Amino acid sequence: MTTTADWLDIGWLDQIPARGSRTVQVEGGDDIAVFRTAEGKVFALLDRCPHKHGRLSQGIVHGGAVACPLHNWRISLATGEALGDDKGCTPTVPVKIDGGRVLICRASTIKAAA
Amino acid sequence: MEHRALKPDADTREHLVVVGNGMAGCRAVEELLARDPARYRVTIFGAEPRVNYNRIMLSPVLAGEKCFDDIVINDAGWYADNGIALVAGDPVAAIDRAAKTVTTRSGLVESYDRLLIATGSDPFIIPVPGKDLPGVIAFRDMDDVDTMLAAADAGGDAVVIGGGLLGLEAAHGLSLRGMKVTVIHLMPTLMERQLDEAAGWLLKNALEARGQTILTGADTAEIIGTGKVEGVRLKDGTLIPASLVVMAVGIRPSVALARDAGLAVGRGIQVDDHMVTSDPAVLAVGECVEHDGQVYGLVAPLWDMCRSLADGLVEQHSGYRGSVTSTKLKVSGIDVFSAGDFSAGDGCEDIVLRDASRGVYKRVIVKDDRIVGAVLYGDTADGGWYFDLLKRQEDVSDLRDLLIFGQAFAAGGGAADPKAAVAALSDDAEICGCNGVTKGQVVSCIAKGAHSLDAVRGTCKASASCGSCTGLVENLLALTLGDDVQSGPKTMCKCTSFGHDDVRREIVAQGMRSIPEVMQKLHWTTPDGCSSCRPALNYYLLCALPGDYVDDQQSRFVNERLHANIQKDGTYSVVPRMWGGLTNPTELRAIADVVEKYNAPMVKVTGGQRLDIFGIKKEDLPAVWADLNAAGMVSGHAYGKALRTVKTCVGSEWCRFGTQDSTGLGVKLERMSWGSWMPHKFKIAVSGCPRNCAEATIKDFGVVCVDSGYELHVGGNGGIHVRATDLLCKVATEQEAMDYCAAFIQLYREEARYLERTAPWIERVGLDYVKAHIVEDDTGREALRARFLYSQSFSQHDPWAQRAEGAEAEHHAPMARFTPQKEIA
Repeated sequence: MTTTADWLDIGWLDQIPARGSRTVQVEGGDDIAVFRTAEGKVFALLDRCPHKHGRLSQGIVHGGAVACPLHNWRISLATGEALGDDKGCTPTVPVKIDGGRVLICRASTIKAAA
Repeated sequence: MEHRALKPDADTREHLVVVGNGMAGCRAVEELLARDPARYRVTIFGAEPRVNYNRIMLSPVLAGEKCFDDIVINDAGWYADNGIALVAGDPVAAIDRAAKTVTTRSGLVESYDRLLIATGSDPFIIPVPGKDLPGVIAFRDMDDVDTMLAAADAGGDAVVIGGGLLGLEAAHGLSLRGMKVTVIHLMPTLMERQLDEAAGWLLKNALEARGQTILTGADTAEIIGTGKVEGVRLKDGTLIPASLVVMAVGIRPSVALARDAGLAVGRGIQVDDHMVTSDPAVLAVGECVEHDGQVYGLVAPLWDMCRSLADGLVEQHSGYRGSVTSTKLKVSGIDVFSAGDFSAGDGCEDIVLRDASRGVYKRVIVKDDRIVGAVLYGDTADGGWYFDLLKRQEDVSDLRDLLIFGQAFAAGGGAADPKAAVAALSDDAEICGCNGVTKGQVVSCIAKGAHSLDAVRGTCKASASCGSCTGLVENLLALTLGDDVQSGPKTMCKCTSFGHDDVRREIVAQGMRSIPEVMQKLHWTTPDGCSSCRPALNYYLLCALPGDYVDDQQSRFVNERLHANIQKDGTYSVVPRMWGGLTNPTELRAIADVVEKYNAPMVKVTGGQRLDIFGIKKEDLPAVWADLNAAGMVSGHAYGKALRTVKTCVGSEWCRFGTQDSTGLGVKLERMSWGSWMPHKFKIAVSGCPRNCAEATIKDFGVVCVDSGYELHVGGNGGIHVRATDLLCKVATEQEAMDYCAAFIQLYREEARYLERTAPWIERVGLDYVKAHIVEDDTGREALRARFLYSQSFSQHDPWAQRAEGAEAEHHAPMARFTPQKEIA
């Protein structure tokens, strides 16, 4: 994996299906879920619903949110906050696109593994 | 865990330190924030290492009806959002009033401008020999519940000392968890402080009928055991074995901290009407206080106290005037309500209603034309109304003759109208006892936009805890919103104003071909729908355009996208198809090999006569499927809104009662219908005789073989609401049974709403409608059957085989792997 001091290169943008997600496996920690919305925006969250730790990467992506596959909590992709009447927050991981490559924040990923 | 309260230099606000992170302490802070969120800098100290939770809901946690997360009142986000510093797990050990500081057990010192003591109460431990043995506990906090759950896992005998509210709830929970429970109660009847003798007797009978042993008038002499508790000996010599003893004989205000600090303490910490103690800088609230000679051990007075306290803190003094309390027992299935004073005194008149056959007892105590107390057993629906009349000191002389029959009758209606009953409540009548929410607060929360039960629960918390007031909240929603909630077709979801049937009709009428097209033409209000409408639209299009529509994987629930069932730990379970429940050595060997090769921790025989392999990782699924395919097995679709299984009995080939070849017919039906997507899961069974060993009469489509042919049954369900099938018709030949089955499936596929099982669908459209299309209309039935078979010609491809060959590999493999250690190296 190509890395810089601050960013981890995880692959091409088009490896992530629109309205879908892929995961980055982090040894010793929770996976990171990387989402791509219908509009083409990319977000990354810890792959763990704040409710019962469902794998958000397996949920249905709609608008700027993902519905957890376990109990249908809706989580904002931008903030990690549960939407609607549910309360809870999943940590976000900064992500950027550079020349078609997807880069996620190195420090946040290491923190996720801790 | 130690969090030093940070004080930014710029923060010159007064510092409010709260000792106690329980219901009273946090509620007081909530009330304060509601009045003036910026006025104080707040630090809360709690003895327990957790956030603020609803202590009165510990009983449902013990009973297994809730989990800890369900009873959290304020999670970590609340503290953060409101800038509150929480020091949890490090209780305050001393108060220095001269220096205006508190010191915790670990030595942390914090200064305060105002101090709020909310230490609650301590369980009273009766001073008998053996009280300190391991296994003797109180029932006060989450740790006690954990201890009880651990004991219940080991099974055996439990003794609960104390037949009051808390003791009975503990006994109920332990009993549900499988322990043999004996309740020891000193007084002659249970809950004697809340219930009169008659109601106490009814309660005792009900609990005994549930398998508990209730000993009243029983005095504990000692707790025996060597190294740990082994039993309880009563003063009359009776010995009761026990591996767990729960003491629930009462609580005492927790006043040690206040007394050591030199504050005025009687039975509790003495406070004035604004909850101020003998030191003007120190306040106290909750079960630890004594107000006007009274101490309270229930939750409702706490809400009143916190309101008065917060009013005082923002200098809008209102003043606490004491509380009248009511009680509900949280033992599911046993309804008990009590309020006010029922110890008949001078000038008190009793109005009593007994209905022994229904197990109902009601007693209302009236003095000077006003209700002073009420005891209800078996039917507590009018508890809130009596309590409201009692609190408002209403003159009930006009209602008196009908009072005991409840609000609906007393109001002159005759028939009970629950909405009218709720409408008649005053604004300050309490709706939710668990969270202290009044009718006025619920109505204002609805008026501000909470238009559903969930929204109300999410905002003002009414009915969010024990749920016993859910009906009241629903009636308030209906009353407040009127036709706005009732009228109009139920829409598919919040993304559209169309209902399921409208959307389906338009898809066909306008020849729509994709989800974005449907959303565009039907004016969806969201850019790409939601997790409710997308799977529904995907199915409707798939059904309307067999062979033509391209399935949208991103609109499938995870199980249908990954062709396996997601489990709560994120692994998957895999069920290979076994036609009609038949298998053979090759298949069994292949399954056994997969279990070993992929370390599946569990294999289970399902209710549908299949083997379910648990604990398979997402990455391993394609390889597992390849191995199963190699033995000739295909996807069992146990994950889909699709044909699940055809369950069979052995039939005429082996069984001495069998009338037809039920196994053979089951295999044929499964070969015909596997792989078809449906509005919901679909189960079939074939029984070889009316003994019905395959349980065909609780399936979506069931065949019961008889000598003269095949009875076809439809619309059964063995789930939450058990529904036996309706008899559709009887046919003479196996081929007819197959044809009718195909036609029935297609009618269901084309007309039921997404996620509607056959049982509710048939109840909605009526059996006659189904008969008219399947039984009475030969041409129609044949057309339905033909459409089903045409659709099947595109759907009987094993999705596992495609994935095993590498299709859509991105669903199974991570995009990248990251090993932090290597990075650092």
